[in-house]
Amino acid sequence: MTAPAVSRTWTGAIRARAVRELPPEQMLPDRQPVYVASWIYVFGVLTLAAFLVVLVSGGVLALKGPQWWHRSSTGHFVNSLHLWSVELFMAFMVIHLWGKFFMAAWRGRRAMTWVTGAVCFLGSIGTAFTGYLVQSNLDSQWISTQAKDGLNAAGIGAFFNVLDFGQMLMWHIVLLPLVVGFVVCIHIVQVRRRGVVPPMEIDPRDAIPEEVTS
Amino acid sequence: MTAETQKWAGRTREYDLVKEFVIALLVVSVLTVALAALFSSPDEKQITISTWSRHAPNDFVLTAATELDGTSGTATYGAPYTHTADAAQKIGPVSLQHIAGVTHPVDTVTDFVITPLTGVPADSALTTALGQWQGAGTSQRQRWASSYDDALAKVTDNDPAKVPPGDYGPVPVMLNRLLTMAQSGGLDGALLAQKQFFATDYTKPLLFIADGSYLEDRARAQHLGGDQWGMMNETGNYPGQAWLWLYTFWYQVKPFSTSPNADALVWGLMALLSLALVLVPFIPGVRSIPRWVPVHRLIWRDYYRGMRPPDGYLSASDVARPVQVSRRPIGGQVHDDDAGADAGRDREHDDGEAAGASGYGGRSV
Amino acid sequence: MSLLPHGVTDVMLASGGAPIDLNHPGHYVHWGVIQISVANLIVIAVMIVLFALAIFLPFPKGRGRR
Repeated sequence: MTAPAVSRTWTGAIRARAVRELPPEQMLPDRQPVYVASWIYVFGVLTLAAFLVVLVSGGVLALKGPQWWHRSSTGHFVNSLHLWSVELFMAFMVIHLWGKFFMAAWRGRRAMTWVTGAVCFLGSIGTAFTGYLVQSNLDSQWISTQAKDGLNAAGIGAFFNVLDFGQMLMWHIVLLPLVVGFVVCIHIVQVRRRGVVPPMEIDPRDAIPEEVTS
Repeated sequence: MTAETQKWAGRTREYDLVKEFVIALLVVSVLTVALAALFSSPDEKQITISTWSRHAPNDFVLTAATELDGTSGTATYGAPYTHTADAAQKIGPVSLQHIAGVTHPVDTVTDFVITPLTGVPADSALTTALGQWQGAGTSQRQRWASSYDDALAKVTDNDPAKVPPGDYGPVPVMLNRLLTMAQSGGLDGALLAQKQFFATDYTKPLLFIADGSYLEDRARAQHLGGDQWGMMNETGNYPGQAWLWLYTFWYQVKPFSTSPNADALVWGLMALLSLALVLVPFIPGVRSIPRWVPVHRLIWRDYYRGMRPPDGYLSASDVARPVQVSRRPIGGQVHDDDAGADAGRDREHDDGEAAGASGYGGRSV
Repeated sequence: MSLLPHGVTDVMLASGGAPIDLNHPGHYVHWGVIQISVANLIVIAVMIVLFALAIFLPFPKGRGRR
C-alpha cells in the first residue's frame, strides 16, 4: 500500500509543512528547560493577557459606538477598563522587552522573535496614539492638532490625516489591531518554534551527548 | 551550531503554559477592573467653535481676520494644506512634506469665512458686504483684510469694538456676522458639512480652532504643551503616553528645540532609532551589552549555581542520574550535531550570534 | 437641556464616580530640562520595581524535574 500523495495538492503541501514546522508538542509543550525559572518569564504572558483585555474592552466600546462613553456611566466605566488595560499592556510589554534584552534573547536564530516583538511594540504605540485621537474630547483635539505637524513634516500626514476622525477610528479599531494581532501571532509561534533562549553558559549535562547525535 | 541554536536537549521541568495564561488573564482582568473602579478615566470636554467664540470672542475674531488676510497658521502652512512656498520642513535638502504634496487643500478665505457666510439667510448688511467683497479685486481684498487684522492686533484685548475707523471695506461686517454665526453653533456645522451630510472629517474645524489661542491656552493649563513634555501627559492627574518619553525629549533639547525643521528632524531621528530597536540583534556592540551587564546572571542564577565545574567534574548526584534520560530533547528528535557545547564556549560567538539568525549554524530545528 | 440619563451629572461622568478622583490639576516634577507628571513617574517607578522584583524574587521550584 502506498502513502496518500498529499504533497501533490497545495492543501496537502501546506499541511505537511505546517505539521513539520509547527509540531503540536512544540507549540504547546508541557515541559520547559530547567533554566525557565524566573518571574521575568511571566511578563510575556501577562502582556498577552492584557492584550486580550484591551481587545475585549475595546470591542465593547466599538459595539456601542464612539459617543456612548461620553453619555453613559457604564460606557465611561468600559472606557476606564480600556484605558487601564492599555496602561497594563504597555507596562508589561516594556518589562518583557527589558527582560528579553538582558537575556540577549535573540541568540541562536531567534532574531525574528526579537524583530517581531519590537514591531509589536512600535505598532502598539501607533494603535494607542490613534486611540487618543478618537476619544472625541479636548485631549484628542489637542493631540491631533499637535501631532499633525510631526506627521506632515515626515510626509505621512498627506495620507494619514489625524484630523479626520473617521479615518483614525478605522485605523484604531480595525487596521492597527489586525496588524498588531497578526504580528503578535507570528511572535508567539516564533517563540514556540525556537524555544526559550538558553542561558549564556550551558551546563555540559545539558548538551546533546555524542551517542545520541552520532 | 551551538547549544543556543538547537532544540533544548538538557534537563527540563514541568511547566503548564495554559494554566499560566489563564492565571495571567485572571490577574490582569482583576487588576484592570480594580484600577478602572478606583481611578476611572479622564474626559475633558471638547471645545467647539461655538464655545470658543463665546468664551473668547476677541480671539475668535482676530483668528478669523488672519484667515481672511492669509496670515494664519493654516493659511501659511504649506503641504498638505496650502501651496505656500518654502513652508515645508526639510531634513537636509530633502522635504518629504513637499514631496507628499497638497492632499487636503484648504483655502482659509473661502472655506473658513466666505462659504459659511453665504449660507446665512436674510441679512441685508451681510449680503451687501459679501457683494462688496466679491466685486473687489484680489489686491483690494487683501488691503482691507490686512488693515483690519493689523488694527485689531494693536488694540487692547484685540477688542473689535475698540478698532479705530479705517479703510476696512466689508471686513468688519463680515467678521461680526461670522462671530454671531460661530456663537450660535452654525459655523461648527458649516465647516463640517461643506462636502456632505454625513461627515467624519474634522480637518477644517480643527485647523480653524488650532489657529486661535483658546485651544492652546486650555491645553497648556493642563500641561499638554509641546515644551511642557505634553505629549507624554494626560489631562488631570492621569498617567499619559509615558512610552513617548524619548520622542518628547528631543523637542526639549538643541538643535531640535530651536530648529524650524524640528518636526522633520525629530521624526527622522525617531525613525532611525525605532529601526535600531527592531534590528538590535544585528548591531555590533549593542547586541553585546547584555553580556557586559550581568542581569542575566541574576535571571538564571539557579541554573548557574547548579552548574557543573567547567573541568567536567561529575558530582555524585550526576553519576547517579541516568545520563540518557537527562539528555533527552524536549518533544521531538535531535537533528543537530553540535555535541560539545560546554560551559562558556558560546562566548566565542559573541558577535557572531546574530548572524546565526540569518543562516549560520545549519538546519532549522 | 441635559442629554444625560436621569440622575447622571457631568461631574459624575468626568470622574466616573471613582473613589479616587484624578481630575484635579496635575502635579509635575521639574529636573533640569526634564518635566514629568507625577502620574507618569509613578507608572515608570512601578514598572522598575516590578522588573526588580521579577529578577530578585525566587521563582517556585518546579515539579517533575528530569
